[in-house]
Amino acid sequence: MTTLHPDKITADRLAGRARPATESMHDPVIGDGTLIDDPGVRPPLVLNGRTFGEVTDIVCGYAENAPPRWWLPAFMTAFGIAQLGGLFILYLVITGIGTWGLNNQVDWAWDITNFVFWIGIGHAGTLISAILCLFKQKWRTAINRSAEAMTIFAVICAATFPGIHIGRQWAAWMLFPIPNANQIWPNFRSPLLWDVFAVSTYATVSLLFWYMGMIPDLATLRDRADLRLRKMASGPILLPIVPVRVDAIRAYVYGFLSLGWRFSARHWHRYEVAYLVLAGISTPLVLSVHSIVSFDFATSIVPGWHTTIFPPYFVAGAIFGGFAMVLLLLIPARALYKNFADFVTLRHIENMAKIVLLTGMMVGFAYAMEFFIAWYGGNKFELDVFLQNRAQGPYAWAYWTMISCNVISPQIFWSKKMRTSTIAVFVVAFLVTIGMWFERFVIIVTSLHRAYLPGEWHMFWPTPVDIMIFVGSFGTFLTLFLLFMKFLPVFAISELKAVLPQASPHWDGYGHGHGHGHGHSNHDHSHANHANKEAH
Amino acid sequence: MSVAPLYVTESGRPLHGVLAEFANPADLVHAAEKVRDAGYTKWDCHSPFPVHGMEDAMGVKRTKLPLMAAVVGLSMACAGFGMQAWMNMDYHMVVQGKPYVAWEAFVPITFEIGILFTAFTTLIGMLALNGLPRHSHPLFSKDRFLACSDDAFFIAIEATDRRFDPAKTRELLRAAGAKSVELVEE
Repeated sequence: MTTLHPDKITADRLAGRARPATESMHDPVIGDGTLIDDPGVRPPLVLNGRTFGEVTDIVCGYAENAPPRWWLPAFMTAFGIAQLGGLFILYLVITGIGTWGLNNQVDWAWDITNFVFWIGIGHAGTLISAILCLFKQKWRTAINRSAEAMTIFAVICAATFPGIHIGRQWAAWMLFPIPNANQIWPNFRSPLLWDVFAVSTYATVSLLFWYMGMIPDLATLRDRADLRLRKMASGPILLPIVPVRVDAIRAYVYGFLSLGWRFSARHWHRYEVAYLVLAGISTPLVLSVHSIVSFDFATSIVPGWHTTIFPPYFVAGAIFGGFAMVLLLLIPARALYKNFADFVTLRHIENMAKIVLLTGMMVGFAYAMEFFIAWYGGNKFELDVFLQNRAQGPYAWAYWTMISCNVISPQIFWSKKMRTSTIAVFVVAFLVTIGMWFERFVIIVTSLHRAYLPGEWHMFWPTPVDIMIFVGSFGTFLTLFLLFMKFLPVFAISELKAVLPQASPHWDGYGHGHGHGHGHSNHDHSHANHANKEAH
Repeated sequence: MSVAPLYVTESGRPLHGVLAEFANPADLVHAAEKVRDAGYTKWDCHSPFPVHGMEDAMGVKRTKLPLMAAVVGLSMACAGFGMQAWMNMDYHMVVQGKPYVAWEAFVPITFEIGILFTAFTTLIGMLALNGLPRHSHPLFSKDRFLACSDDAFFIAIEATDRRFDPAKTRELLRAAGAKSVELVEE
C-alpha cells in the first residue's frame, strides 16, 4: 500500500528531507490525498505540506502584491454595473415605484424576490462560520472568511430592496421604533417589522463575527508592513510628490483595525471563547432570520403563502442557494489565484457538493409537501394555486425551471466523480442560483397574480428598471467581493495554521523532548510506524 | 507620579521584561508548564494561533466572558420585550383584533434584540478583558517579536513580576528550551 500521508510530506520538508511534491501527489486511489474515504486517515486540510510561514506568505501575498491581470478589468466592469444599478435606483426614487412592473394585483414582485434571494445567499456564510464550527468541521477554516464576506455583501444587496420598495424611501427610518411627530410606534405584531429587526441584527452580528475573526489576520498584515518599513525595504514612494510609502498606509490602516492584537495566549483564550459564543448565538440567529423572512408570507392568508412548512423550507433553501454562491465564487478563485487550491482542496468542493445535494433534496421534499397539503387540506383555492396555476398556469415555465434547476440538477452529485469535478460542480451551482431565484419569484408572483375572482387576474412582467436594479445588485456584490479579495485576508490565516499537522503540541514530527538536533533517527522511526499504521 | 523602575538596562532605560523564543508549539507548551510551576504570574505566551492545551499549561483560569454575554443578552431581551409592551400600551392600536400585549407576536423581536446585545457584549467584552484596543506595547519594539504573527513562538515575562530576577528568569527560560532569550526595554 502506498498511501503516503500528506503529514509525512510536511514532516520530511521540515526535517530538511526535500521531496518533490509531484512525486507523492499521484496515488491512483486517493489522488492528492484529500478524497480518501478511509475513516482511519484524516484527509489533509492544506496541501503541499505548507509551513506556517508559507501560509502567511500565500494569504498575505493576495493582499500585498499587485492583483492578477484580470482583476482591474473585472473590478471596473462590476463597479460600472453597480453604478448603472445605482442610477436606476435614483430614477426609481425620483419617479416612484410605478416604474416597476407592479400592478394592482401583483404589488410585490422582483423587489421582494431579490431581497429573499440575496438574504438567503448570505445564510451559507453563517452556516459555515457558526454551525460547522459548533460541529467541529475543521475543513471550514479554508472557506469561512470568504463565505462570511459573501454573507455581508449579500445582506447589503438584500437590504437595498426593502429599503427602496417602500415607495417613500425618505421615510424608511419610520421602520425603527424612533419617536416621531405622529406619536405612533411601529406595529410590533407585523412580520414585516420582525423582518426589520431580524435582518438588521443579522447584518450587525455577521459583521461583528467577520471582523472579530479577522483581527489576528489584520495584525499579521500590520506586522509585515511594519517590518518592511523598519527594514526600509518597503517599495516605492506612493506618488512622486507625496512622500508616503504604501506600507506606511498599510501599517496604519491594518494597525488601526487590528486594535493592537499581539497574539498573546491569554488573549487567544478569551478570543476562542468569544468565537464559540458568537458561533453559538449565530446558529439560532441564522435559523430565525429566514424563518422570519418566511413569516412575511406564511402569516398572511394568501393561498400559496399560508403554509406552516415555510420556515424550515426557507432555511433549507437559503443554505442551498448560499452554498451554490460560495461555490460560484470559490471555484473560479481557486483556478485564477496562485496556491488557492492548496487551501480549498477537492475535499472542500466535494463536501459543499454534498451539502448542496442534501439541501436540494430538502427543498424538493418541501415542493412535494406543498402539493400534498394543498390536496390533503381540502382547500380548493390552495389546490388551485398549486395544481392549476403554478404547475400549469401562465408561469408554469418559471415553476418547471425551478424544479429542474433545484431538484433535478443536484442529483448528479450522487456520483463521486461529479462531486469532485470542479466544472460539473460549477455548472450545477450556476443552475441552482438560477433555480433559487425562480423559487422566490414563483412563490411570490404566482400566489399573488390570480386572486379569488378572475376579474382580479393580472400578469406581472418586469420593466427595464426592475431588471437593471437586479443586475446592479450583482455589480455591487462582485465589486465588494473583488475589493475583499484584494485588500483583506481571504483565508483565516491563524485558523489555517492551527489545523496544520505541525500545529499540534503532540505532533511527532518534532520528536519528543528537548533536542532537535539529535532526534533525527527517532524521527524516521516514528514516521515509519506512523506510515505502517496507516497502511492497515 | 511614576515609581522608579526596579531594573534598568545598560542604556539606562527601564526594563519591561525578558522575551524568549521557542522553536515550535510543543516546546512552547512544555516551557509554559515550567514557567507556571516556577510561580510566575505576570507573563504571557505569544503564538501565531491558539495552541491546543495552552490554558492548562499556563494555568489560565476560564474567562467570565460567557456569563457577561448571557447576563447582558438576557437583560436586553427583557428590555426588548418591555419596549414592545410599553409602546403598544403607549399608543393603543387594534390590529387584527389581537390584544395590546400580544406576547406571542413579540417573541421574534425579543429574541433578535437579545442576540444583538449578546454579540456586542461578546466582542466588546473580549477586547476589554484583553486590554484592547491598545496603541502600543513594549514587545512591539523587538523586530523579532513581530514574527509571532507569522511562525514564531514566544514567552514574555514582565520585570514587575514578584519572582522576576534578570539572571534567574533568563536561566529558567534557557533551561526550558528557549532558542534565544533577550531583554525588552520599556
